[in-house]
Amino acid sequence: MDYFIQQLVNGLTLGGLYALIALGYTMVYGVIFLINFAHGEFFTAGGYIGVIALSYCIAHGYTQTHPFLCLAGAFSLAMIYSAYLAVGVEKIAYLPLRGSRLAVLLSALGMSIFLQNGMMLTQGVMDKAYPGELFEGGFSFGMVTISYLQIMIITMTVLLLFGLNRLVYKTKIGMAMRATAQDKTMSALVAIGSNNIISLTFAIGAGLAAAAGVMVGLYYGSVHYDMGFNLGMKAFCAAVLGGIGNITGAMLGGLIIGLVEVFGAGYISGQYKDVFAFIILIGVLYYRPTGIMGENIDETRV
Amino acid sequence: MSAEPILELKDVHSGYGSIKALKGISLKAYPGEILAIIGANGAGKSTTLMTICGIVHPDQGEIFYKGKKINKIPAQKLPPMGLCQVPEGRRIFPRLTVEENLILGAFYRNDRAGIDKDMEHVYSLFPILKERSRQQGGTLSGGEQQMLALARALMTKPEVLLLDEPSLGLAPIIVQSIFDIIADINKNSDTTIILVEQNANLALQTAQRGYVLETGRITLEDDAESLLNNADIRKAYLGE
Ligand SMILES: Nc1ncnc2c1ncn2[C@@H]1O[C@H](COP(=O)(O)OP(=O)(O)O)[C@@H](O)[C@H]1O
Ligand SMILES: [Mg+2]
Repeated sequence: MDYFIQQLVNGLTLGGLYALIALGYTMVYGVIFLINFAHGEFFTAGGYIGVIALSYCIAHGYTQTHPFLCLAGAFSLAMIYSAYLAVGVEKIAYLPLRGSRLAVLLSALGMSIFLQNGMMLTQGVMDKAYPGELFEGGFSFGMVTISYLQIMIITMTVLLLFGLNRLVYKTKIGMAMRATAQDKTMSALVAIGSNNIISLTFAIGAGLAAAAGVMVGLYYGSVHYDMGFNLGMKAFCAAVLGGIGNITGAMLGGLIIGLVEVFGAGYISGQYKDVFAFIILIGVLYYRPTGIMGENIDETRV
Repeated sequence: MSAEPILELKDVHSGYGSIKALKGISLKAYPGEILAIIGANGAGKSTTLMTICGIVHPDQGEIFYKGKKINKIPAQKLPPMGLCQVPEGRRIFPRLTVEENLILGAFYRNDRAGIDKDMEHVYSLFPILKERSRQQGGTLSGGEQQMLALARALMTKPEVLLLDEPSLGLAPIIVQSIFDIIADINKNSDTTIILVEQNANLALQTAQRGYVLETGRITLEDDAESLLNNADIRKAYLGE
């Protein structure tokens, strides 16, 4: 039982991270029907900005005096950087090609490779280590250990997901996002500039992914220039599993993929942990081709 | 009728790539009038409205609104200037609630108090919308959707309101009440209305003036009264 609870905590931690990344895929798809292959790189970029910021803090001893400020600064910088990066990519590589869905898709693939190589050239091919001393220790209940880091990750994830939900479903700008996803011509006729809304969607998706990037760096202890591929792929599975285009679906899909992966590794085989996500995806799509929350059916679609 | 048109098209050509839908449209709308544009299916009525609203870009010609050339202004900048369209098929946001649809009509506005007041006003015009305010737009009946589309447009505070086939697919009794409200809007708030209809009889009874559109060209312009009594028009559009 202890083992089960431990795996559950680990699974929720990982699942939350997948959910944060999955949202970017699903929101962009919801608004412009693009599978943004470069999204994983926004996540990686966030991880790098996080480690650069935290290393700077440590070098100057700020982590001793202002640990929370350092952390908040690292998250903010990472999120803002990736948000701007995503908006830039969208303006330069996607917007001019929006007439053809295939062209944009190929451009996204190209941007993914370009950004990955860019990070390899500037940050090196070796892992970049995250400072570990920020989150030492945790709570123990019998055999179950919940580290402070896990608590931080879960809390932060919940706050971000909650914030996004409020934004999308309770604010006028969120309404405009959903309207743009549903009918761009009509949106223009009620004075909504769809290009601004599309940029905003990219920025929010990339910001969430960047936050996940910092948390993944802290959780696994390092970042790597091509980590966006593997995690991005699984987050994309999560988005498809939940029903691409659907925000609630992406959150649910992320949690399911995280839990399945951790439990699969724990109870079946650690060597196959990357396979379980795909098995679940194929299994679900066989019975529900539109994913769990379906597309165009449920009101929680963007 | 004052001398200066509030909206004027001068020799406008427009279309979709190689499809030339409008081949030189010139027309004028005067402040406070109801202007009908009638024509058969495919004549270019919807394209005319979409070109005025900046959704379809003219290849040639000029569009003036309140004396200002608006050809190059992006579509989303026009509603704040008072130019507003209820498009064909109503285009309610199906997965937004009735209330959210109305709030988006006022998207560009920041006057909280004014928005609340206008919300009350459209709910009093269409009480059924108030009852259904939390329901998704896509679940409304055709008539209710047309009411919502009109109400949403009113939230934009239009000075010129373009209506594309408001009677399409509606039961006659509902059409009558929609048209009564259109006439009221025109009278009470001095809104200029351009009414596009295949139902020429209805449109010409509501309007003061009318244009006849045939395959991308204006073929006739006259008082609504005279058009209604024109033998050719009666034959072509009024089913006689
Ligand atoms: N989105 C479009 N793409 C290509 N052609 C179009 C499009 N919309 C309309 N058309 C064509 O333009 C012409 C005028 O259409 P439209 O303005 O919709 O006419 P109406 O509203 O009078 O029925 C028609 O020949 C129609 O086939
Ligand atoms: Mg039409």
